[in-house]
Amino acid sequence: MISKISISRFNVYQVGSLVIALAFIAGVILMVGGSPLAVVTSMGAGAFGTTDQFARVVATLAPLLLCASGLLFTFTAGLYNLGIEGQIVLGGIAAMIPIRLFQEILPAPLVIAMAITAGALGGMLWGLLAGILKVYGRIDEIFAGVGLNFMADGLALYLIFGPWKKPGVASMSGTEQFSEAIWLPTFGKTEASPVALVIALSLLLLTFIVLRGTYFGLKLKAVGHSLRASYILGIPALSQLLSAFALCGAFAGIAGSLQVLAVFHRLIPSISSNLGYLALLIAMLSGSQAWLLLPIAFFFSALNIGSLQLPLSLDLESSLSGVIQGTLVLFALLGRGFSELNKSDLNKTVNH
Amino acid sequence: MPQTRSFFRRCWRMVALFIATWWIVAGCSSPSVNTPTSETSPGASPLAGSDLTVGMVMVGPKNDAGWNQAHFEGIQEAIKQLPGTKLEYVDKVNPADRPNVTGAQVADDLIAKGAKLIIFNSDDFKDDALAAAKKHNDVPVLHVSGDYAWKEGKNFKGQPNLTNVMGKMQYGEMIGGCAAALSTETGKIGFLGALINDETRRYASSAYLGARHCWETYRKKPASDLQFKVTWIGFWFNIPGKTLDPTKVADDYFNGGYDVVMSGIDTPEAAVQAKKAAEAGKSAKYVHIDFKGGCNLAPDSCLGVRYYHWNVPYTTTLQNLKDGKPLESFTWLGPDWKDINSTATSMIGFLPGKALGDNQKNIDAFVKSLGDGSIDLFKGPLNYQDGSEFLKAGEKATDQKIWYMPQLLKGMEGPSA
Repeated sequence: MISKISISRFNVYQVGSLVIALAFIAGVILMVGGSPLAVVTSMGAGAFGTTDQFARVVATLAPLLLCASGLLFTFTAGLYNLGIEGQIVLGGIAAMIPIRLFQEILPAPLVIAMAITAGALGGMLWGLLAGILKVYGRIDEIFAGVGLNFMADGLALYLIFGPWKKPGVASMSGTEQFSEAIWLPTFGKTEASPVALVIALSLLLLTFIVLRGTYFGLKLKAVGHSLRASYILGIPALSQLLSAFALCGAFAGIAGSLQVLAVFHRLIPSISSNLGYLALLIAMLSGSQAWLLLPIAFFFSALNIGSLQLPLSLDLESSLSGVIQGTLVLFALLGRGFSELNKSDLNKTVNH
Repeated sequence: MPQTRSFFRRCWRMVALFIATWWIVAGCSSPSVNTPTSETSPGASPLAGSDLTVGMVMVGPKNDAGWNQAHFEGIQEAIKQLPGTKLEYVDKVNPADRPNVTGAQVADDLIAKGAKLIIFNSDDFKDDALAAAKKHNDVPVLHVSGDYAWKEGKNFKGQPNLTNVMGKMQYGEMIGGCAAALSTETGKIGFLGALINDETRRYASSAYLGARHCWETYRKKPASDLQFKVTWIGFWFNIPGKTLDPTKVADDYFNGGYDVVMSGIDTPEAAVQAKKAAEAGKSAKYVHIDFKGGCNLAPDSCLGVRYYHWNVPYTTTLQNLKDGKPLESFTWLGPDWKDINSTATSMIGFLPGKALGDNQKNIDAFVKSLGDGSIDLFKGPLNYQDGSEFLKAGEKATDQKIWYMPQLLKGMEGPSA
């Protein structure tokens, strides 16, 4: 009986939160002088209206999936890895090293493989740094992550304006574009790369398997539930935490290398394109369920790409898309929180 | 755990429901509220059709009181003059304002909306313009300020549908520099520079040449008494955390004894800070750039504005396309010396500001001399900043030498690269 009541309330809160979110979004759109229906229509058309646009959704899906998959490891371990943006940036920077050194010397596929590996290592290093600050420096991972994001940005800027600058140019528009031979192959003339997609889907599958079906995943969950209890029970909690950071960083680093190899073909200061923050929303919304990442990331990727139509078709700011994304996540999380609060209240009442 | 699992099942159902609803709504509604109107015939050839949709990709906001607003108003003026043309545009196409969006992607979307000509308005888009031209080789792509289509240039790419257009703003800079030199009381001129490249080195150097000439000719003072300092912020406008803050740079100039600041960026920080400094009792004046209405920002502090009439090349381009004529691959337009402020014919203009006062007569004389060729400031002897030779005595600079200046000129302060 109690269970039925809980489920019913749970549903009410979830549906209610979605309705409130949609109403809120509609209100914001109306306030800025737009039509909610036109916004939905335009964004849909902007994401799926042409082959190029759909390909862009797929192209953005790859780094989003990679980052969100990585974040599941840290979320499962009870960590909020806000440093993911910096880990993407470091991945992008690291990917540039073999490209700059070997693009004229080695075969392109080898350089690409080296760039992706270097990206993973760079991201992993930056992730581990956040982990070390957390574990040994007792600095909260949120503050450490944000600080490291600034450092990564600063390092990218230094390289772009310093040792890696275009000859005779000092501009934050980025380094010189590298040879087309090093660009990741794409579907036709679009921007979607099958290589990037295969990497992202493979690592998503790996994440699903590791978290659901391995001893490592189980230990990570134990650490996430209670660091102290897991330590007492003999789980090497600290190494689990560091592993989670390293894995997340490596995944984000690969995403950074794909941003370099498949999208921008050079290093730019904002190489992460805020995809790390977007992946945080996706991972939160998924509730740490790996199988949910693909549809949610696809939906958010479509929102992200479709948002270009807001200024183009409706003369609205494309940042409105960020409001939509954020609102959906916030209200979904609030709905979940309230429903669980309500359940625990009910349980308390029954126990009394 | 089972409850958590059932929660996520429901959550997924709701998301799926939302996506489905979106699809249904999108499917039932018109594809876009701003699709090309019947003015544009979908099958019309861009070279011979009577209707033409122009797609413009702008690096900054269309109302920045600078570079982007000048382009926006220029293309609007051209559209107004040519019936059957219409504009689709996206502004603020830069990594800070639109992360995860490239200029080439915007071009794809504009072409999908029916654009038969794509204009990229910034040097920053040179690779995007080339990529868009390669991808859509049936659509003319006009890249402003680039040189990929300049056969005599260093970076010619040979992409047939890619063209370049630029204004000879070096003349505007010379006039602006002259106005600054005529008005400075401290003999210290600050140049608020954007990023460093061939274009900006050319402009800062031209401003210095104009300033030095007028300092010596009209003020009768030795060039060694003139300080001309360039500070680059790193991009065309402020991007917090990524560039130097132009507000702070302008303030530093005014607080450091530089009583005239020449703006070399897209946005109006020099004007705003000059006004504030003047209100605080300092001697502070500015020379605006790009946008004709720049003196309206702080009329009492404005010495003048050197600006572009983008409607001039845009009107010609659109008219040629409508007439089915081929486009010039590279156009570098100067002022119409008969009337540099002619909206119809002069690509480069200079509007004097209120703060110029009596110095207007010297500016008029200077402009006249530039126009009749009696003054050529790009004539040797001129040396680069490191002392190496730019032009031998009596040598006149070619267009290539002016376009590709590897350094600032001797006598200027600030980094060259």
